[in-house]
Amino acid sequence: MSQEDDLPRPERIPFFQRVLENPFLLLFIGIVMPTVFYVLWGVMEVATIPVAP
Amino acid sequence: MAQFRVCPDSGFYFDKSAESLMKANAVAGAVSLLIAGILGLGVILTRWQGVHLLPADTFYQVLTGHGINALIFWIIFFEMAILYFASSTLLRTRIAAPRWAWAGFALMIIGMVMNNIAVLQGNSSVMMTSYAPMQAAPHFYLGLILFAVGALIGCFVFLGTLVIARDDRTYEGSIPLVTFGALTACIIAIFTIACGAIILVPTFLWSIGYIGHIDAAMYRVIWWGLGHSSQQINVAAHVSVWYLIIGVLFNARPMSEKVSRSAFLLYILFLQLASAHHILVDPGISSEWKVFNTSYAMYLAVLASMIHGLTIPGSMEVAQRAKGYTKGMFEWLRKAPWDNPVFSGFFFALIIFGFIGGITGVVMGTEQINIIIHNTIYVPAHFHATVAVGTTLTFMALTYLLIPVLFRRALFLPWMAKWQPYVFSAGMTLMILFQLGAGTLGVSRRHWDMDFTGAMLSFEYPGTAYTLMAVAGVGGVLGVLGGAMYLIVTVGSLLFGKKLDESAGLFQGFGVPLAPSSYNVSQPERLPMAPKLAVEEHGSGGFEAPGTFALAMALLVCFVVYYFINWDYLASVWPLS
Repeated sequence: MSQEDDLPRPERIPFFQRVLENPFLLLFIGIVMPTVFYVLWGVMEVATIPVAP
Repeated sequence: MAQFRVCPDSGFYFDKSAESLMKANAVAGAVSLLIAGILGLGVILTRWQGVHLLPADTFYQVLTGHGINALIFWIIFFEMAILYFASSTLLRTRIAAPRWAWAGFALMIIGMVMNNIAVLQGNSSVMMTSYAPMQAAPHFYLGLILFAVGALIGCFVFLGTLVIARDDRTYEGSIPLVTFGALTACIIAIFTIACGAIILVPTFLWSIGYIGHIDAAMYRVIWWGLGHSSQQINVAAHVSVWYLIIGVLFNARPMSEKVSRSAFLLYILFLQLASAHHILVDPGISSEWKVFNTSYAMYLAVLASMIHGLTIPGSMEVAQRAKGYTKGMFEWLRKAPWDNPVFSGFFFALIIFGFIGGITGVVMGTEQINIIIHNTIYVPAHFHATVAVGTTLTFMALTYLLIPVLFRRALFLPWMAKWQPYVFSAGMTLMILFQLGAGTLGVSRRHWDMDFTGAMLSFEYPGTAYTLMAVAGVGGVLGVLGGAMYLIVTVGSLLFGKKLDESAGLFQGFGVPLAPSSYNVSQPERLPMAPKLAVEEHGSGGFEAPGTFALAMALLVCFVVYYFINWDYLASVWPLS
């Protein structure tokens, strides 16, 4: 058995925890979600209101 | 060179630059609260029809100043202090780019002064929402833009400080939950400020004549991305402070870090979408947009608040029971330090935010029953429960914690500090409950005269509505008194409070560092990772906190009953068969 096998393996960090520990990924998600569903969708709704003749 | 000091009472490490920034922002926030409180007295004494203090033009001017100072300036200045505390102090690291942070603070001060001058001059009585086509003076918008840019700089300084702490390995494991909550507030703040820039920059250009027209519907949609999301920064910030307070007072650990962090993630994903409930009666916007953003997305954010509402008192209960307060369902709560304004302020804020602010918020966010109370005095009642009590009272409680720790002064008039949360929350609760009743009877918000004196189109409210508004007026005056008590204690502490550090002089209360000898730590010890909780390990801690579970069930019953009462109201005003 090699010496490397004797060393304790670093604990694998779960995917969800890695997401929560990346502030810039969270920032990206936190900006994109409301921008798409609130701002862009809302602006499209207003922009497509027909102009009164 | 040493740049940290350690607080001998709390063990918190303070970076010299970050400490000054926290103090300066907190003091600027308190000044804004003073202005907001004085103007708020004018508002409530005018809405109390028996007093009807101010003439119409002054009322709208005062209402504008009250709204902006209370909902924007006070809150965001204080939140900047929290961001610096949650990053630098809790992660035991130096603050990133302190000169940029000071530049941001200077912009916020200039913006606040400029905006207040515009309102005082009397030609910008457009209220906080400043709906187009109402037009304010250019420096009204410019002040808000400068303030927002300054706050944005503060947000990036916070993010930079997280990066420094990670690179310097100043902590083990994940960032603490309180810092994670502050990160949530920071993310929401960046979206909020972006919405503000998208709508306020063209509105400013419109006010100086470079743009000919601002679409009123477009303005409302984007402005509420700023207006409501700015209040969601508060929610994330004050929930983080609740976790901090139970940690400091009770040495309480969250019942489940994973669940609490997941709840903050729900805030990041969905909380800003709740802005849509302001647009629920706007024509031209589809029901799909309204229903998705409110009745679907918003409920996921409400779920997050309910998780925090369960886990925060639950964690406190578990900690108290571990100390032996196990008799009956509520000994842990009865034996809590009710004389300590840090605790009483926090707990009243939690209860009033959840029971009144939360339940009324869901009613307002439901498209069908929103119509009963839309644009009535019910709306200010709701956001006074969430912001004026939930956030403001939490920040007041945090101030009592920080005066000895950060400012190194003992509390001035401790008996007044002890009673302040009781007076403030009693007054505000009285005002809120009676305004909710008046709103259900249809009393308009933002309206100078319930009598419609001289109006071409008149309306006669029932006599009960006048009584409700009068009692609300009494509550509002009591609330202002509670706010004044807070300012007397805090300002008095900075000026006359017993010095806990010899160098904590007058100027040190306003941002000047303590004597160089106080900063005798070059680099604090690394923040160790907290040991895992046994309950979280086994995932079977059910009924560890039965008292909290009973409170949660009481909330659920109140919510269900009130929700269906509102559907009954709707059926009575909109008969369908």
